[in-house]
Amino acid sequence: MSRLVFCLISVVAALTVGAGAASAMTIEKVVSPAGIQAWLVREKAVPLVTLNYAFHGGASQDEADNAGTAHLAADMLDEGAGDLDSKSFHERLENHAIEMTFQVGRDHLHGSLRALNEHRDEAFDLLNLALTRPRFDADALERVRGQELASLQRDTTNPNDLASRRWWETAFPGHPYGRETKGTLETVPRITVDNLREYVRRVFARNELTVSIVGDVDAKTAGALIDRAFAGLPSKNDLKPVADAVPAGLGRRIVINVDVPQAVVTFGGQGIARNDPEFMAAYVVNHILGGGSFSSRLYKEVREKRGLAYGVSDSLVWFKRAAVVLGGTATRADRTADALAVIEQEVKRMAVEGPTPDELAAAKSFLKGSYALGLDTSAKIAAQLTQIQIDNLGIDYIQRRGALIDAVTIEDAKRVAQRLYGGGLLVTVAGRPKGLTSTGTPE
Amino acid sequence: MFAKINASFIALVAALASTSLAAEQTGPDVADFTLNNGLELVIIPDHRAPVVTHMIWYKVGAADETPGKSGLAHFLEHLMFKGTGKNPAGKFSQVVARIGGQENAFTAQDYTGYYQRVPSEQLKTVMEFEADRMTGLQLTDEVVLPERNVILEEQNQRVGNNPRARLSEQIDAALFLNHPYGKPVIGWRHEMEQLSRDDAIGFYRRFYAPNNAVVVIAGDIDPARARALAEETYGQVARHAALAPRVRPLEPPPVAVRSLTLADPRVEMPAMQREYLVPSFATAKRGESDALEVLAHILGSGSSSRLYRTLVVDKQIAVAAEAWYDSNELDPSKFGIHGAPRPGITLPQLEAETDAVIAQVIDKGVNSEELERTKTRLIADAVYAQDNQASMARWYGTALTTGATVNDVRHWSDRIRAVTADQVRDAARQWLDKRRSVTGYLIKDVSQQAEKRS
Repeated sequence: MSRLVFCLISVVAALTVGAGAASAMTIEKVVSPAGIQAWLVREKAVPLVTLNYAFHGGASQDEADNAGTAHLAADMLDEGAGDLDSKSFHERLENHAIEMTFQVGRDHLHGSLRALNEHRDEAFDLLNLALTRPRFDADALERVRGQELASLQRDTTNPNDLASRRWWETAFPGHPYGRETKGTLETVPRITVDNLREYVRRVFARNELTVSIVGDVDAKTAGALIDRAFAGLPSKNDLKPVADAVPAGLGRRIVINVDVPQAVVTFGGQGIARNDPEFMAAYVVNHILGGGSFSSRLYKEVREKRGLAYGVSDSLVWFKRAAVVLGGTATRADRTADALAVIEQEVKRMAVEGPTPDELAAAKSFLKGSYALGLDTSAKIAAQLTQIQIDNLGIDYIQRRGALIDAVTIEDAKRVAQRLYGGGLLVTVAGRPKGLTSTGTPE
Repeated sequence: MFAKINASFIALVAALASTSLAAEQTGPDVADFTLNNGLELVIIPDHRAPVVTHMIWYKVGAADETPGKSGLAHFLEHLMFKGTGKNPAGKFSQVVARIGGQENAFTAQDYTGYYQRVPSEQLKTVMEFEADRMTGLQLTDEVVLPERNVILEEQNQRVGNNPRARLSEQIDAALFLNHPYGKPVIGWRHEMEQLSRDDAIGFYRRFYAPNNAVVVIAGDIDPARARALAEETYGQVARHAALAPRVRPLEPPPVAVRSLTLADPRVEMPAMQREYLVPSFATAKRGESDALEVLAHILGSGSSSRLYRTLVVDKQIAVAAEAWYDSNELDPSKFGIHGAPRPGITLPQLEAETDAVIAQVIDKGVNSEELERTKTRLIADAVYAQDNQASMARWYGTALTTGATVNDVRHWSDRIRAVTADQVRDAARQWLDKRRSVTGYLIKDVSQQAEKRS
């Protein structure tokens, strides 16, 4: 539930991952007695342990008819397990101030666990229960389902959700990536306990499990904790294959009518795979176009010069089977067309001309320097280690990252800019934008 | 908690509610000193990563605006990025970006803050820029007017497009009969549209000065070094000779039970929200604010709280139920309740059941198990906060601009530990009196929707 907001933040913080200071950090590879691999960073300053992990097999494992199954399963994992019903499970967590979260993405189920040192055994035991013996009791299921339906119902008039949903549906028709992970008002009521159990059975296994630990623990203790949580899982998962996909509908614009004072715009196109040799060049170039700092071209042109929006940005988004570049803004109805024209023009200009050498140098400097800021808490470090493992970048990636950024030449940048932004955009707009209509032919 | 406002494209961090802002007395060795020009500094060493969070908190916020100029404190916050005589517009941000830093700013009723997160060796650079814009801001209509459009779009994004935010705004306005906390921080649109360059510069000259600010630095820095850097940078800025004390119009004793209904065509799920006028840490008697903190947690934070357990789990009449308390205000604050009914349950039914839960706490008090659970959780939050230098900096900054001291923050865990069940019951009895409150219903406006379709 969102709370009241007491302060306002004016400008947009950069969420970045770059290099530098983090080199002081040592990552150890740990293999637990049961044979589960993990990365560990020892951190003695604060008496707590943070676990971050992911199972391959997220919402893209859902059938279209039962979309939202993985999401509902994740929301049910702390609603009772083993001998503990929902109330008892929550009390056990709260009595020990243990934080346990589950989150479903398109490719993975991500989990985190945080506990004070004195309660860490209890925390890992409870996680084991949640993963291996979730109850899915009927009363808890109906309550959680009711909450999800309420949230989906709210989304039906929320311009952000409307624009985003339509973008993904249009970009990936008939593909699991085209569906919202939450499912829909039609599919969520259909999900059965058997569907939830089937998801858990197929996904929660040791073979495609990624684990990261940060805290005041040595390798031996870390191994024991890992086994406490995960050793009881089956050795192998049973995933359905997901087909490769490229975004469709580029060149189309779709307007969704909803009565709000400000129109919400989502735009995007073909992205770049994480293991593509030109990924880092693309990452740098996209930072220059619309990355989350006050110096991006989109920020300057849309917000600073023209005052058309409070925020505008875009970023690279990659999955196992597809990649997109995706951005958005929100702007008043009578100027939406102007804002969109500026964005389209900037995207085109970047495709044709690429960045300038000065922009390239400034972006490299930012992306290198800011990496350490993303690694200053246990939770951020653990999440980053998991992502590096998922992306298969190697345990020395944090050390190598600066050199990878430095190696991007202006020619690389221009070439990748053409590749990234030359294919056109799919644009969805939710609101009452004056003078804007849907264009382009549905495929 | 640091509430997160998620626009579709970017995460805008914000908002300090109360409870997560916690650290133990056993936490880091915090240094606190004041320069000759009146600027206070708080240094929170954390040497795990070679980065620092540098924040300047001005003791001025929306509640200090002249009537008729709502939104001005926040507008000025945006304009503070528009350059000085020494550093033209954009230069500060460019330098921060080049060194790989992050920056942002925020405005609340009682304070306005600016921060940078940078590699520690760059601390002096950002201190120089920040000291320069403390008194050196230069504004022209050329930059002011587009920025006014930006804050109007921000208002649309935060409030106009969001029925729940609109409801909160109406409840605040009804709760505060006389105090400026009743005005939204972002402002009322009709007043925002008229804000001018002169308004902004006038406000800036009145309030921006070293003796009206606190600098908080958390991270890889030693207090002695921080002090030397501060003398070289901020120390060169002259104090403001005629700083007026912060005296706002006070609230009369609340006497009427108030209720309001906001109908909005986009409401798909009705909701209820109530706010009570209660003391903040700064205005409370000793221990009272801590008891309210514990009460809010027992009543409505998490799955084991009274409201959630009763309304969502046991009676199954709500999909959401929660309570919160904000201790960090210079003047009297708010205790809030939020609930969303299950389909088929009306808002009056939900309100009656909510009242029954509150009445039970008032009559029978709280049990030792829930009291202990809550204290464990709140005190653990203090340890968790130490894992995040930015959280620590925000915690101290908020405290010091809303009437608390470094020592008050240091002893937060001790005070929570000392709260008794009787104090919690007494707090509920005294403050959760409906005559102190406004209850708002958010419902779907059907008429307007039919009209728009034609």
